[in-house]
Amino acid sequence: MQSLQQQLEGLDELTSARLGAPVSLQPIPGGIPVVQVVVGGREELPIFVTASDAQILCICYLWRDEEIIPEKRLSLLELMMDLNPSIPLSSFGRVEGHHVLFGALARDARVEDIVSDVVALSDNALDALEALAEYLR
Amino acid sequence: MSVIGKIATLIKGSARELGESIVDANGVRIYEQEIREARDAIAQAKSDLTGVMAKEMQSAREIERVRAEVTRLENLTLEALDKEKESLAEEVAAKVAEQEAELEKQTQLHAEYAVQANRLKELIKASEAKVREHEREVQMAKTTESVYKATQTISDSIGASGSKLMSARESLERIKKRHEDLTDRMNAAETLDRELGTRALEERLKEAGIGEDAHRKEKVLERLRARREKKAAEVVDTAADTATSTEAKA
Repeated sequence: MQSLQQQLEGLDELTSARLGAPVSLQPIPGGIPVVQVVVGGREELPIFVTASDAQILCICYLWRDEEIIPEKRLSLLELMMDLNPSIPLSSFGRVEGHHVLFGALARDARVEDIVSDVVALSDNALDALEALAEYLR
Repeated sequence: MSVIGKIATLIKGSARELGESIVDANGVRIYEQEIREARDAIAQAKSDLTGVMAKEMQSAREIERVRAEVTRLENLTLEALDKEKESLAEEVAAKVAEQEAELEKQTQLHAEYAVQANRLKELIKASEAKVREHEREVQMAKTTESVYKATQTISDSIGASGSKLMSARESLERIKKRHEDLTDRMNAAETLDRELGTRALEERLKEAGIGEDAHRKEKVLERLRARREKKAAEVVDTAADTATSTEAKA
């Protein structure tokens, strides 16, 4: 099986060409392979690409539990569930209190497929943040 | 319990330890061993199935052969009876009986092979389903583990770099602000371009002697000359007036 970094070769240039902004890749040191993708102009919304035996996950961290206005919490969660099927290539999720948008690909996905997922995820994350900001403190 | 059910239970319990508790390394090894064994069993069952199906086909052919033989011998018996060769007919009838017994045996064998083949097919199907289920279980467990570990790695990295994870609103505002700045800069550049373009055109028109600005100098001179002439005329008029009034007094 290819290492994640090998698999992501060329991801920065291809993503940059699609988004029309500079893109940088930064491996995050730690026990598990994680590569941070930063899109110029959207530095606050980096995308993290990680791999397990079964799949590749692209994750964008949106907000933490405590950022949600308590009385709007239920309607936000329901809205996110309702939105899930409509959002192209990305789904809402929650990891350790972080609400995320993520896309999953087969472990042997081509770099072009990962690029499509990353581009969609970056656009979707910004869009979701704008659309759902009214539910946040 | 389904693997989603197991993960749900663990999430409800303690999400923090999910990464470690969902599958300890030993658990994964056991599952992987089971998957290997199930795969071996499937390979063995498939090879057994090939053998059984071959025997099933052989017995089918044998049945056909024996049936044909029975028909042939029956016809011979009838012929012998027609020719009133009783003892010959009896002898052939004994052969018919023998072949009929063989037919019965082969039919039974054939049925047994069919049952055996079906049983093996079921076994293969069940084992394959089991392998798929185990693989899915291991994959989900490993993915859950990797997502949680990745989040920890990311949090640790953010913590170590000293940068604070911004709130979503702050992030959005900064991105929007940057976007607005960019739009403003682009608009400003566009306006500047436009203005510079207009000025350059005006310069060229002036050089060509076209437009209001072209003869400004001449116009100024003209205006000043006109003013001077008017003034001179006034002086002449005043002098004439004075002369007239002096004459009148005189």
